Amino acid sequence: MSETPSVELRNVTRDFRRRRTSLTSPAPVVRAVDDVSLTVARGERIGIVGESGSGKSTLLRLICGLDRPTSGEVYVEGRPVHDQPPWRLGWLRATLQLVFQDPMSSLDPRMRVRDIVAEPLVAQGRRSGNRERVVELLERVGLSAEAADRYPHQFSGGQRQRISVARALAPDPDILVADEPVSALDVSVRAQVLNLIDEVVEGFDLTLVFVSHDLSVVRHVCDRVAVMRRGQLVEVAPTEQLFAAPEHPYTRSLLAAVPDLQQALAGRTAEDLAAGVARRER
Amino acid sequence: MSDIQGLPAVAATRPAEAPGRRRPLNPSLLIGGTIVAAIVLLALVSYVWTPWPPMRVLPTEPYQTPNAEHWLGTDKLRRDVFTQILVGARTTLFVGLVAVGVAAVVGVPLGILAAMTPGWLGQLVMRTNDVLLAFPALLLAIMFAALYGGSTRVAMIAIGIATIPAFARITRSGALSVMASEYVVAARAAGRSPLGIAWRHVLPNVAGLVIVQASVSFAIAILAEAALAYLGLGTPTGQASWGRMLFEAQTTLRAAPHLALIPGGAIALSVLGFNLFGDGLRDWLDPKLEGR
Repeated sequence: MSETPSVELRNVTRDFRRRRTSLTSPAPVVRAVDDVSLTVARGERIGIVGESGSGKSTLLRLICGLDRPTSGEVYVEGRPVHDQPPWRLGWLRATLQLVFQDPMSSLDPRMRVRDIVAEPLVAQGRRSGNRERVVELLERVGLSAEAADRYPHQFSGGQRQRISVARALAPDPDILVADEPVSALDVSVRAQVLNLIDEVVEGFDLTLVFVSHDLSVVRHVCDRVAVMRRGQLVEVAPTEQLFAAPEHPYTRSLLAAVPDLQQALAGRTAEDLAAGVARRER
Repeated sequence: MSDIQGLPAVAATRPAEAPGRRRPLNPSLLIGGTIVAAIVLLALVSYVWTPWPPMRVLPTEPYQTPNAEHWLGTDKLRRDVFTQILVGARTTLFVGLVAVGVAAVVGVPLGILAAMTPGWLGQLVMRTNDVLLAFPALLLAIMFAALYGGSTRVAMIAIGIATIPAFARITRSGALSVMASEYVVAARAAGRSPLGIAWRHVLPNVAGLVIVQASVSFAIAILAEAALAYLGLGTPTGQASWGRMLFEAQTTLRAAPHLALIPGGAIALSVLGFNLFGDGLRDWLDPKLEGR
């Protein structure tokens, strides 16, 4: 390997101690991430899929330096993240940015959009030129410059995700981490937000780490997919290969649960689709 | 994009709202603000003008009912009641401000600290808080008065200290929910320091709670000062205070009820005013209510 990978995970494990249930027995331990190793090359778009509770969100927090692994190593751009205190991760904040799941809670309701988008800049000590930068970013994500003076509640879910993307792009990062960015959105705006993410990853030459429980969404934006189950990676494969010939039985069952247009046209009823959804959500 | 169409709808659509307009003043703010403004005005006026020299024994009849010369009558020491109400408004406001100020300045940072440090330090802060909370404010004030002598200053500091836990508690509960939100994670990912998060995210988002607590505490402080003065432990004789007036009126309650009703009414009205003002201010400051 000549080039440093964007993100590298080496045997990463994260245990959480649960509240003790009895005085005599030790507190039960939940292994949220279990010995995960994964390398994401520069410019790659990787999807991490799995059902809720599979550990994908924990893995994401470890990559972002928002949590520390119990054991194992995390490197971003070749630099260690796993053993650094928060105040030593300033470089990471400029390199790696996040888009969150819930467009309602990921923007501070008391801040104007201007301050929200400029937050990474201000936090990283940039004082001048922020005004222009915010307008430029807002226009880049398809919002008007007037949006800067409004509050988050004045926007729809899709528009809020655009603000979130603008904030993530503010420090000119190399890596974009998206945590279920469209799961809380209405179907009609999902495609728009996905296209936007697609577009900015392309336009800014970013590495994308895209976490989702939804394979059909991942298929749309990623070129490689990692399937997680109970804290472990069960299969990592290029997207087309994974969809065409899934190796692991769990991947197959995930794929079978994806309702798609073909199935719908093949005469499946709304009840079948709903059953599919219910199965997947379980 | 055929693969997108099969996706289930999760969240309800939220139509884009109209851009922000000026926030309308709500009735609570209007009424509360008027009462508060009136009290402030009374206090200010007392510095430049009073109908009679303040606290002076006048060459007139005691126990007068309201009349043209003495608008609210005179008390048993032949002092003008309206003058006392004016000068007493100063004491009331001053006590409220200092007590709430002490409580908020100490209590709010403690509450935020407790919420942001989940370990033993946060626990220590909150347990200490619980101990203080279990201690009645008035009892603490009486203790202080016994130790340092009864005066307005001692009374308001004691009331302030006794009110700290209320602020710490309410701030902590609000701060905990703020800390659990994704925008705090976003701020961390953006590189904000804990202090920056406390200042830019936690404080503005608990401000509404703190304001309501402040208005309630302000009202309680006024009552507590009145109670202390009534017990003879707060504002000493010879100085004007609504509580003091009430205290002095009790012996002649039957003969001259207006001497108790007037300061009593002033206390009740100001308590109501500050409560309404706080409620109204909270709503008015909430950007979510803008443009609705």
